[in-house]
Amino acid sequence: MNLQVLKRLLRFCKPYLKYLYLALLFSAFHIIFTLLTPILIGRTVDLLIGVHQVNFDLLKLNIVYIFISVFLASLFQWLLMRMSNQLTYCITRDLRNCLFQQYLSLHLSFVDNSSHGDLMSRMINDIDLIGDGLLQGFTNLFSGIMTIIGTIGFMMYISVSIASVVIVLTPLSLVVASIIASKTYKYFQEQLALRGELGGYVEEMIGHQKIVKAFAHEDENIKRFDEINQRVHVSGVKSQFLGALVNPSTRVVNNIVYASVCIFGALQVVSGHFSVGALSSFLTYANQYTKPFNEISNVFTELQTAIACASRVFDLLDEDIIQEVDQPQIIKSPQGNIDIEHIYFSYQKDQKLIENFSLKVKSGETVAIVGPTGCGKTTFINLLMRFYDPQKGNICIDGINTKNMTRDYLRSLYGMVLQDTWLFHGTIKENIAYGKKDATDEDIIKAAKNAHAHKFIIQLKDGYDTVVSEDGGNLSQGQKQLLCIARIMLVKPPMLILDEATSSIDTRTEKQIQEAFDLMMKGRTTFIVAHRLSTIQKADKIIVMDQGHIIEQGNHQELLQKQGFYHHLYYSQFDLN
Amino acid sequence: MLWYKYIKPFRKQAIIGFIFKMTEAFFELMVPLVVAQIIDYGIGQNDKQYIWKMGILLFALTFIGYGCALVCQYFASYTSQSFGTLMRNDMYKVINRYDYEDIDRIGTPSLITRLTNDVVQLQLAVAMAIRLVSRSPFLIIGSLIMAFRINMQMAIIFVITAPLLALCIYFVVAKSMPMYLKIQKQLDKVSLVCRENLTGIRVIRAFSRQKEEKRRFQNMTETQKDMQIKVGKLSALLNPMTNMIVNIAIIVILYVGGIRINGGTLTQGEVVALINYMNQILLSMFVFANVIIIFNKASASYKRIEEVLDISPRIIKEDNKDYQDVFLSFDTVSFAYQGNVALQNVSFEVNKNETIGIIGGTGSGKSTLVNLIPRFYDSEGQIYIKGQTIQSYDLKELRNMIGIVPQKAVLFKGTLRDNMQWGKQNASDEEIWQALDLAQASAFVKKLENGLDTMVTQDGKNLSGGQRQRLTIARALVKKPEILILDDSASALDFATDAALRKSLKTIQSTIFIVSQRVSSIMHADKIIVLSHGEIVGVGTHQYLLEHCDIYQEIAHSQLAKEETV
Repeated sequence: MNLQVLKRLLRFCKPYLKYLYLALLFSAFHIIFTLLTPILIGRTVDLLIGVHQVNFDLLKLNIVYIFISVFLASLFQWLLMRMSNQLTYCITRDLRNCLFQQYLSLHLSFVDNSSHGDLMSRMINDIDLIGDGLLQGFTNLFSGIMTIIGTIGFMMYISVSIASVVIVLTPLSLVVASIIASKTYKYFQEQLALRGELGGYVEEMIGHQKIVKAFAHEDENIKRFDEINQRVHVSGVKSQFLGALVNPSTRVVNNIVYASVCIFGALQVVSGHFSVGALSSFLTYANQYTKPFNEISNVFTELQTAIACASRVFDLLDEDIIQEVDQPQIIKSPQGNIDIEHIYFSYQKDQKLIENFSLKVKSGETVAIVGPTGCGKTTFINLLMRFYDPQKGNICIDGINTKNMTRDYLRSLYGMVLQDTWLFHGTIKENIAYGKKDATDEDIIKAAKNAHAHKFIIQLKDGYDTVVSEDGGNLSQGQKQLLCIARIMLVKPPMLILDEATSSIDTRTEKQIQEAFDLMMKGRTTFIVAHRLSTIQKADKIIVMDQGHIIEQGNHQELLQKQGFYHHLYYSQFDLN
Repeated sequence: MLWYKYIKPFRKQAIIGFIFKMTEAFFELMVPLVVAQIIDYGIGQNDKQYIWKMGILLFALTFIGYGCALVCQYFASYTSQSFGTLMRNDMYKVINRYDYEDIDRIGTPSLITRLTNDVVQLQLAVAMAIRLVSRSPFLIIGSLIMAFRINMQMAIIFVITAPLLALCIYFVVAKSMPMYLKIQKQLDKVSLVCRENLTGIRVIRAFSRQKEEKRRFQNMTETQKDMQIKVGKLSALLNPMTNMIVNIAIIVILYVGGIRINGGTLTQGEVVALINYMNQILLSMFVFANVIIIFNKASASYKRIEEVLDISPRIIKEDNKDYQDVFLSFDTVSFAYQGNVALQNVSFEVNKNETIGIIGGTGSGKSTLVNLIPRFYDSEGQIYIKGQTIQSYDLKELRNMIGIVPQKAVLFKGTLRDNMQWGKQNASDEEIWQALDLAQASAFVKKLENGLDTMVTQDGKNLSGGQRQRLTIARALVKKPEILILDDSASALDFATDAALRKSLKTIQSTIFIVSQRVSSIMHADKIIVLSHGEIVGVGTHQYLLEHCDIYQEIAHSQLAKEETV
């Protein structure tokens, strides 16, 4: 078990130390009264000696004691659980918030290179498991240890000799538990791995069931599935059986302790060292003796999982986050003159992408980025928006180096509409006003009209208050893009980054988007990822990209004359004969 | 009943497990009785030998009980695992026979969870049923009977306490279960915001909205925390409450027992035994409550699995004597997809080895049209291939005639050769290379270090989009299909490769359907079908359509520079 991780996890307790101390205190009281009760009951049993020998005054008094003890034990148990709930849920909330803050400040390169599924799973599953582990730990670990110590103490108090019988048998239960645990662990791992294999196979084949059908491949798949399923079965029986051994095995140890106490206790009573009531309380103890051992071993497994999860979460928290310059500069009235000077950039050291690239763009000019799909247009946008920073070279806007601006400020200078649109779960109105929190309804409607989005919005049942489902599932691709355009129309930034549609949009919507684009581009410096010939021909400058590299730049005529990649790209489209 | 159907083959094991569990519980019930004997006779008459004898009996009970438990656990594990395995097998087989429509309706992720997690839930429930369902009520009832055997009147205390305990547990479980479901839903919301922030990371940063997103997220987690603490308050009541009830019952036993002992109708040992039985009932109740929770969860899984198994395929072979003379034809075909009309009155004819281009906007029904040919969906109206309706073909025979290249370029885990052999089992390397050549893929495959033995990772992530697409085209070509369908499958290819591919396809003997949004991809087809909102609005060659079809004109002009359209 990794103590450092545990320590760090416990540091999250700091704001709630009050609850932690109270939990420990309540737990101690709870155990004391819980263990006291059998003694009181035992004493009462001793009063019930035989016919006409019962002392009712003492009996009543004892019963009152028992009641008080039971009541206090229950009360403290309730308080203990309240405290550990409070503690656990506050800590998991803090962990989530802290991790989320981290996600917001991580370098984009890190997020791009991580699987989103993995980041999600750390946020949701891992932190849930940490919560489970903490809850178990807070409620059961301390009280388990307390119970064992307390039980031994109380037993010693009643009878040293019988208590020693129990203590001698203690290692037995520990040995049994550890043997089973180690065996089970191995088989559980195997079972998990096999289930993973089965799940993976099913995911692949059902996920692409259409192709399976298209190739009439069903019978082969069923055979393969049968085979994996059979292996899951064999290992499943083993691991489940072993797992199921824990309960009866600890119970048998418990029963051995119980029977031993019974025999030795009874013999002691016969020889007069011991009362029947004491024996009865002893038996109650013996009956519950292995319970805390079980609980503690459970706590340890859960804590182990929690710590493994915590270290995954902490790994993320330790990632570098974005640092801003100390004294950021701003541009008084942004014109949109962009100067890209000798830029070098690559995602990985050994794969050079952009080398010594320079470009001057005057205010209001249009730069078209062309190249086959996957040519690396996002790389270029990444650099402009400072989602990534170049390894060498500078990008200046109106003479000011973008490195000396805060990223937030720089980005506020650009309006960006990408092909993979992004909408969040909220109303259409909220989505349009995303970049301008204080926009009035009139502003929003005006922007929507300019983006040709007004018409379809008012046709929706709730108009501007229509709730966009997760990732805009209830809107068409084209409509989503129109909304993203409206979003930019509202902000009116001095520079634009646009992405023309390729194939997923129908012709009419595409036309509308095109018109909206043209309206926006008027008088603004624009970078546009171009797929249409008319856009390319109109552009002031063209950047030709292929496989992540910028390979040519110039205007349409210049590039054609060069007879290079652009020339080839331009003519290949129509070269059939 | 699914339970019965899948347990039936293993009923012997299940029954053996059940019987052994009962035996174990029976021995467990004997223990307090033996202890009572030790106290009353052994101690009462100072009989050490009797104590030893009974003590050894206790040990014997313990070990016999343990033996029984082991046997039971083994059979419980065996039964539940076999149950699950059989169920998974059946489900997988049924899913394999699903129509496209069924898969779309239930959704792949859901099918996967049903096949894995839901079956595990049912497995657990079966094991629990064998192990605990018999044990807990048996112990509760047994304890009650034992109490009655000891003393009728004292047993009344038990009769009152047991239902009270049950009620108390029921109250807390019934109240808290829906609250836990709500928390789960809230967690879904938390994860939704988190996912939105990951996928939209560029937009969020572009608009500098981090602070607002953080506040949105914190609201979610705060609500979740409040809900958790609320349900925590409720479930924290369970243990203290039941403890109180049982101990008050014990107090009553002690007091009433005192009166009876004083009157000579009860013994000290019997009081101890009664207290033991009372504790036993409490423990069993708790176990039983757990079982109820597990079954509650399992019943949701049960419904989801039942749904999977209940769907029977609608697409089966039919005898149909209709006959038509052309190679392939659609005769007034209409198709509605989940209530929405996707195709309406579509009729056209295709000759052997013609190339057909299909074009239209999103949602115009292009993909639907070609998906009807291999009978992925059944439609109204008739589709004929080589004179026969497609319903009269054996499904496997029909689909073997057709090579499909789907929109999404999907490859499977395995070698390149394995993937290519999906099209034709035992295809030789020569055949594969031929197909790769046609698909413009041979050049890059040759460059791979291991050639055809290159491993493809899941979803082919180690290949580029364009490479994957060319491989899926090759895969369809390996089987030399009579009909080849390219469902918008050149979208990841650059223009040059796209053109080369179209050139090489001209050399093969197949009837080819090309679905595309690019005019340049289909303008040289023998026949172009223009679709709009599920209806055919134009059929003919590029030139013909330019003159006669408005929608085609609009599409062509928006995509091609003026000089290219002519």
